[in-house]
Amino acid sequence: MLALLLRGGRVVDPETGLDAVADVVIRDGRIVEIGEGLTIPKGVTVECAEKVVVPGLVDIHTHLREPGYEYKETVVSGTRAAAHGGFTAVCAMPNTRPVCDTGSQVRFLLERGAQRGVVRVHAIGACTMGQKGEALAEIGDMVAEGAVAFSDDGHGVSDAGMARLVMDYAKQFSTTVISHCEDATLVRGGVVNEGAVSTALGLPGWPAAAEETMVARDIALARLTGCRLHLAHLSTARSIEHVRAAKAEGLSVTCEVTPHHLFLDETALGSDYDTNLKMNPPLRTAADRQALIGALVDGTIDAIATDHAPHAPHEKALEFELAPFGTTGLETALPLVITHLVAADVLSWADVVQLMAHGPRRALQLPAVRLEPGAVADITIIDPEARVEITPGFFESASANSAFLGASLLGKATEVLVEGRFALKNGRVVD
Amino acid sequence: MLSSPHIIDMDDLTRDDIVSVLDTAESFKEVNERRIKKLPTLRGRTVVNLFLEPSTRTRTSFEIAAKRLSADAVNFSASTSATVKGESLADTAETLSAMACDLVVIRHKYAGAPRILANHMDAHVVNGGDGMHQHPTQALLDLFTMREKLGRLEGLTVGIVGDIAHSRVAGSLVPALRAVGATPVVVAPPTLLPASPDVLGAEVSTSMDRVLPDLDVVYMLRIQMERSTGMPFPSLREYASLFGMNEVRLAKMRPHAIVMHPGPMNRGVEISAAVADSDRAHVLDQVNAGVAVRMAAMYLLLGGDGVGAAA
Repeated sequence: MLALLLRGGRVVDPETGLDAVADVVIRDGRIVEIGEGLTIPKGVTVECAEKVVVPGLVDIHTHLREPGYEYKETVVSGTRAAAHGGFTAVCAMPNTRPVCDTGSQVRFLLERGAQRGVVRVHAIGACTMGQKGEALAEIGDMVAEGAVAFSDDGHGVSDAGMARLVMDYAKQFSTTVISHCEDATLVRGGVVNEGAVSTALGLPGWPAAAEETMVARDIALARLTGCRLHLAHLSTARSIEHVRAAKAEGLSVTCEVTPHHLFLDETALGSDYDTNLKMNPPLRTAADRQALIGALVDGTIDAIATDHAPHAPHEKALEFELAPFGTTGLETALPLVITHLVAADVLSWADVVQLMAHGPRRALQLPAVRLEPGAVADITIIDPEARVEITPGFFESASANSAFLGASLLGKATEVLVEGRFALKNGRVVD
Repeated sequence: MLSSPHIIDMDDLTRDDIVSVLDTAESFKEVNERRIKKLPTLRGRTVVNLFLEPSTRTRTSFEIAAKRLSADAVNFSASTSATVKGESLADTAETLSAMACDLVVIRHKYAGAPRILANHMDAHVVNGGDGMHQHPTQALLDLFTMREKLGRLEGLTVGIVGDIAHSRVAGSLVPALRAVGATPVVVAPPTLLPASPDVLGAEVSTSMDRVLPDLDVVYMLRIQMERSTGMPFPSLREYASLFGMNEVRLAKMRPHAIVMHPGPMNRGVEISAAVADSDRAHVLDQVNAGVAVRMAAMYLLLGGDGVGAAA
């Protein structure tokens, strides 16, 4: 393979103490040298002046929809979207059809990812058979096939005894259980945050307490079982308080937030009943949103994860209460973070690398991706000044159900390297 | 003319719009008392009643209203519609639009459905009740009845009693009362109040007996008795004793105060038979006003100039 020179970018990796303009030389899929004034005898040079070079971003909460819902997304379209959004890897949630709840399902996904994926694909297996919360799935078999974590994402495991069993069992594999915190008996058909907006729009409310009680319960179960726990898509200020206390106690608890909960609140719903703003958990209050941003800054939150949830137009065109939950996120996450956090001086580039590269990998114990000689060359190159208009034509994803349609954002990935190969070059996905 | 092409929620209407509907309805009410109850006003216009949730009273009221204005009124109900075959509401809207309908009245189980309709067709849309959200023509006919019986709207204190959380009637009546300068007070057990009652702009009470002496209008909501799980009160008996309108409470009302109910009534639950049949209750006057108010709404949406009610 030809050598690659990334010339003159701002190279940022807090894990290796880098934040300076430097050149990066890559050969045979690995970084061989980082320094000033580097040259390569032959090969490809990527001019990175005015750009930011960071360890490859990872999304640990992606719905690739394959198998079963290929009309929403496939491994191909989903990983193209990931590359377009600046990610070198995604972790696919198991709520496919059939559910990814056996070793052979995990193998299918990983083989499909390796053969057709534009970026790396990791598999998250189901905790319980069919995600029904009734019987343990073959977690050991799935670990053997390479599953990186386990989740019944899309539902909470409502029975506390069952949730305990999952965590007790999963612990022997040193793997992580990802909790979708939703007490269905409190949600009862809720579709928007319970409060001002549910009242004004006449829509069933999804109370914050339905998330917070499950967060508190699962933290108690992490204490009881000693299992690693990762809390998905937290949306309320009090959920964050629970995590802060659990971390202070020294429990193995991590958490993620999504861009839509960071950058939108329930007032975005207006009176349009826009189903692209229907997500699970729902958009919360402005105060919750501010608390999430505060928790990003103080380090309570380990990861920004997209919860990329593609749906077909005919599904989202339904009445609000009937339309499926979810917004796409892979292609808007980085531009949103740059626009609202980096350009606004809320986070540094080093913070972004922690939240979108290192933090999520640590949460699920994925191999570290660092900028240093010898490391695998999974790298994202970002143009922080590029204008991004979020229109239906912008997406590589098979679906365009974005909560951010119409937004005009600043900054995007221009190159994505996966083991030294271009997945994205000059802003275009490379097959 | 109204300031909005649609009547979907009360926010679509200004105070002037509301007064315009009520004044126009007054002249139509006179027509409804004639032997020949028909005007040529909307001749050649097509009104579709798209009722995707069972309703006889409201649908009939709209149908009569359209026919008395000589519009061609067509009923498109759930059992005969393509929606049971899985057609989306958006496609139904475009289908009706292709048939060149002028106005569609929609009743739908889910909040926001009238907006989908309006986004997918050229016709005027009137919300005949969407989920737990709004039912604006009900609020307008209620205002009409209050003004008719009490001579004014401004300054009235109106207690709305019952299932506020799930009531589209309350959803429209509260903002309608505020728009005309009246004071709404919602009265219910906490389990039947919405999450943020303050958002509605009403005062809130959980004691009917405490607010009763202050009210000019006691507006009783229907209690929904068929629920699969979790009745929000222990028994109908206890509900009736705490929040029901009965003769004892009637005696505590201000002398001029009236009782209203959107129907259909559960006699013996939210309203006793004696109160329902007393001269203080104006339930049938509300129904009567409904036809005139809906005639006014359609007339004003579909032009409102040229051939008026007086013609």
